[in-house]
Amino acid sequence: MIELINLRKRFNGKPVLDQASLTIRDGETMVIIGRSGEGKTVLLRHIIGLIRPDAGQVLVDGQDLAALDKKQLAELRLKFGMLFQGAALFDSLTVEENVAFALLEHARMTPAQIDARVAECLRMVGLAGSQKMKPAELSGGMRKRVGLARAIAMKPKTVLYDEPTTGIDPVMADVINDLIVKLSEQLGVTGIAVTHDMVSAYKIADRIAMLHEGKIIEVGTPDQIRNSSNPLVRNFVEGRADEALLRKGGHPG
Amino acid sequence: MPSAPAESLFSGRMLRPIGERSLSFFSYLGGVALLFWKSSVGIAAMPWGVWLTRLVAPWRWREWSADRKWVLLLDQMQKVGVASFPLVFLVAFFTGMVLALQSAYQLQKIQAESFIGSLVALSMTRELGPVLTALVVAGRVGAAITAEVGTMRVTEQVDALETLGTDPIRYLASPRLLALTVMLPLLVVYADLVGIFGGYIVGVYKLGIGSTMYMNSTWDPLTMKDVMTGLFKTAVFGMIIANIACHEGFETRGGAEGVGRSTTLSVVISFILIITADCFFTALFYFVLPR
Repeated sequence: MIELINLRKRFNGKPVLDQASLTIRDGETMVIIGRSGEGKTVLLRHIIGLIRPDAGQVLVDGQDLAALDKKQLAELRLKFGMLFQGAALFDSLTVEENVAFALLEHARMTPAQIDARVAECLRMVGLAGSQKMKPAELSGGMRKRVGLARAIAMKPKTVLYDEPTTGIDPVMADVINDLIVKLSEQLGVTGIAVTHDMVSAYKIADRIAMLHEGKIIEVGTPDQIRNSSNPLVRNFVEGRADEALLRKGGHPG
Repeated sequence: MPSAPAESLFSGRMLRPIGERSLSFFSYLGGVALLFWKSSVGIAAMPWGVWLTRLVAPWRWREWSADRKWVLLLDQMQKVGVASFPLVFLVAFFTGMVLALQSAYQLQKIQAESFIGSLVALSMTRELGPVLTALVVAGRVGAAITAEVGTMRVTEQVDALETLGTDPIRYLASPRLLALTVMLPLLVVYADLVGIFGGYIVGVYKLGIGSTMYMNSTWDPLTMKDVMTGLFKTAVFGMIIANIACHEGFETRGGAEGVGRSTTLSVVISFILIITADCFFTALFYFVLPR
């Protein structure tokens, strides 16, 4: 279980997160929605300790991230996989070396076992046989899938997805969505995704949380979110611009 | 003494910018020092024991190519050292020739051409070899390091390293720091020799100084101290280049524009620090410390 408790974070004096709280249960896929620039990615980065909160706590299975030293944090991170927005593949390395990166560094495995694991991960994302390619030779969707293969190579308990479907075509986006669902169903991984793509959110989510002005303003199942009584949530999921309401940032009278 | 004017001076418009500037200057310095410390710890944490035992066991030498940490280090040494050979050759060769030509113009007036060899040798080993090579490498390698690390930063590759349980400083900064600290002095030995060779070409074939006489006037005044102090400061220049380049890379923000900005900054700061450190070391070695 991952608990975010009253997270606060400011950048250059501007509050990005303001008392954001959220609990993610084991095995579920939680999707965090919200407008661009609302700090969704910042929230995601707190979970894996890439950013430290100004106030508040991040608890992973009851363990406070702030209380861990560097080495413990590195160990804890291996239980997480993260798919970055632009995939963040190491472009000096081949696909194979990218996927095997954490295995080579941390797993006590023979080269043959590592090769097998890399092939297995690549097969899972539908890119079997692409081991020797360089990231520069891949399309956007392929890069994301390699990024996903790299994220799951260490068999993490939790996978974080930063905008998994942004910047790729709708068909490829659907492939990625299917992969996320497959990971959750077949491997039982906990998923935490950040997106503003509602098609993707409805498809992969067990629960959806909406982030607005640094707070989680609503958490619910996709159906609950779709039929939310909060106009801010409704406007967002239906893609309507109600500037006055967004500026006011709260319930109308 | 009334205290009111003093108070308004300190809280006032005049001192605040100075205070803010010096704060940001010192926090920059602190950031660089911290990175230097962490990368040095990373160098100390390299598997030296494994490497040493393997070195004396030739039957295990084929393990070198599968050793990722070694390959990482070797790769940087290749990029810093071997790949800089042609450029350093050009710069040092022409500097040696120009030194000989320029000094010949003056020394011929007092019939002292025989000192040209000494002048070239001493100038190259003490000053021009180390400084010019360091500047060339700062422009060539330092800029490349900042651009590479900076691009990795803005494309989230540095974050990806962290999520994969790898310390970006140990993975990126430590090998570069060690490679530059080791390879730059070697490049300077090469530059010294090439510069002397350039002077020799001019002295012997243009000015008609006898070959033996030129070589004697080259080696006679050279002391161990000239070469060693030159190499010592070069090692420091190497540390400066690697450290500043990695620091600027890690601090890069804001896409392609940010990478451009930090690359420029990296080269400029390296140049300033190299020249400053050079002045400091020259004063230290030749005026403060006893001969």
